[in-house]
Amino acid sequence: MELLYGHPKSLVSIQSKYCPGCGHGVIHRLITEVIDEMGLQERSIITNPVGCSIWAEYYFDFDSVQPAHGRTPAAATGIKRNLKDHLVICYQGDGDLAAIGTAEIIHAANRGEKFTTIFVNNAIYGMTGGQMAPTTLVGQYATTSPKGRDPVNAGMGYPIKVCELLSSLGGTRYLARGAVNNPVNIKKTKKMIRTAFEAQMRGEGFTMVEILSQCPTNWKLSPPDSIDWLEKNMIPFYPLGEIKNTLSTAAAPAGAGN
Amino acid sequence: MAENAKLMQGNEACTMGAIAAGLQFFAGYPITPSTEIAEMCSEELPKFGGKFIQMEDEIGSIAACIGASLTGKKAMTATSGPGFSLMQESIGYASLCEIPVVIINVQRMGPSTGMPTSPAQGDIMQARWGTHGDHQVIALAPGNVKECFELTFKAFEYAETYRVPVIVLADEVISHMREKVILPNPSSYKIPMRAMPKNPAGYKPYGADPDGGVPLMAPFGQGYRWHCTGLFHDESGAPSGKAAVAEKLLHRLERKIEKNAQAMEDYYAESMDDCDVAVVSFGSSAMAALSAVRRARKEGKKAGMLRLKTIWPFPDQALRRLCASAKKIIVPEMNQGQLVLEVERAIHGKAGVIKLGKVTGELFHPDEIYRALKEAF
Repeated sequence: MELLYGHPKSLVSIQSKYCPGCGHGVIHRLITEVIDEMGLQERSIITNPVGCSIWAEYYFDFDSVQPAHGRTPAAATGIKRNLKDHLVICYQGDGDLAAIGTAEIIHAANRGEKFTTIFVNNAIYGMTGGQMAPTTLVGQYATTSPKGRDPVNAGMGYPIKVCELLSSLGGTRYLARGAVNNPVNIKKTKKMIRTAFEAQMRGEGFTMVEILSQCPTNWKLSPPDSIDWLEKNMIPFYPLGEIKNTLSTAAAPAGAGN
Repeated sequence: MAENAKLMQGNEACTMGAIAAGLQFFAGYPITPSTEIAEMCSEELPKFGGKFIQMEDEIGSIAACIGASLTGKKAMTATSGPGFSLMQESIGYASLCEIPVVIINVQRMGPSTGMPTSPAQGDIMQARWGTHGDHQVIALAPGNVKECFELTFKAFEYAETYRVPVIVLADEVISHMREKVILPNPSSYKIPMRAMPKNPAGYKPYGADPDGGVPLMAPFGQGYRWHCTGLFHDESGAPSGKAAVAEKLLHRLERKIEKNAQAMEDYYAESMDDCDVAVVSFGSSAMAALSAVRRARKEGKKAGMLRLKTIWPFPDQALRRLCASAKKIIVPEMNQGQLVLEVERAIHGKAGVIKLGKVTGELFHPDEIYRALKEAF
């Protein structure tokens, strides 16, 4: 009998440390499914951030490194420049990428570094316990925005749309935004990851998939409610789909967003 | 009295101490085990017109504090190991430019991301020498929750008086511990104030007694029009590459702290007068040490306890004076031996110095220190 569905070979089969309803587990699975489908387990290297996914090395069954907070794209640069035929994945959260590591991501993207960034955006700082993230929505409560994010009067600024921000940079070739709040979006997100990984293996330039993800613990919602919250609040602000696609394969306005 | 008695956490006490000293500006980046300070500042500062900013990282956090301090406001940031490392560049800047700023460093296990967030005391040397070049800082180590309040308050006093970055070297245990604290009556606070010039005419931003004088600091935006630079500078604030200017500047900065070092010595001493074996420690290690010393005393052994609150400038005089009768000194610390090096230097062979380091990410148990005491006797 043919096995149609199983546990990805590249994903270690252990219980994760992630909270119930967290999106990281699904995202780990998508990454490893694509790696298995492309037969790249032995040639995959992941750089993990500081944040909840600091533990990712427990789950990815291939080489991994967890550099200093925010320096992940710089470390991935050093790896990819030396191992051009490997799949290098830079896994970052919204603090690691859009706050402390802003300089590194902008310059890696602008240099057109040929790795793929998986940017997990859950609009909150998870590991430190629910502080405001650069991607926290206006009005959203966090422990350091106790009255809700107030961009003007409290000077907390606006949530950063990272794909759109990076899209002006010449080195970026593929910037897409997915979500893991329902099966349809999960399938689309997987396709985006595949598109990005394939582009990387063709050596096309900087690729990134931003993934909107739930953090029930720090949103202080139940897992089902957090799925609704993402749908109703995050997706209207962070539109899903391909934000930029100048890959060689993108002849027509087709691709993962469809 | 009862109304001032509160059950509070070390980080909370730090924040309250800062507010009592006139904190008006906090910029920081969340990092355990210091985050409660940022969270509390985000809640409290806006209530009285103070400013709270969550910055993009620790590099930006301390730079924002420096900017705020230049406008005449009392500024503070709070962090832990990795963030403290990122702040080193600007700690050097603040030291050279003589900008008052308070940095709470709640030490955790390192190096690097380390063991988040187990307790450690491994930043003793980094606090003193973390940034490049000869430079001056002050570092204070609270040994209980009440001292988190008192020493943060004092940190502002020193920062404003000596125009120097002051580091509160707390640790995870002290900062997350909850104790009953009786706060002083707010009317008794002598709020530290920065000495300011009275007249813009002829103002020299770095004009001071060459033997450790502290120049008057004009707040930006009030007509003094001075330039603040991380280049070496003369009395007018103008950049200078002259040998004589450089030497004069670094000499004054060194003397500024050195000549006031004795006045800054602060410690808790118990049974030191006639002790044969002294335990010298600080922060949470000293809690276990004190218990071991008292047990040894009960058994008739002449043990003594010296807990340092001032770490930098290192209290040489107090240590020599208080350890005068000690034949041996044990130095328990949650690192591989940092404070012990200073104890050895200051005691200069007058007593045998025994290193007792611990790097397991766990607190000392009083029994461990008691065993070391027994061996020493």
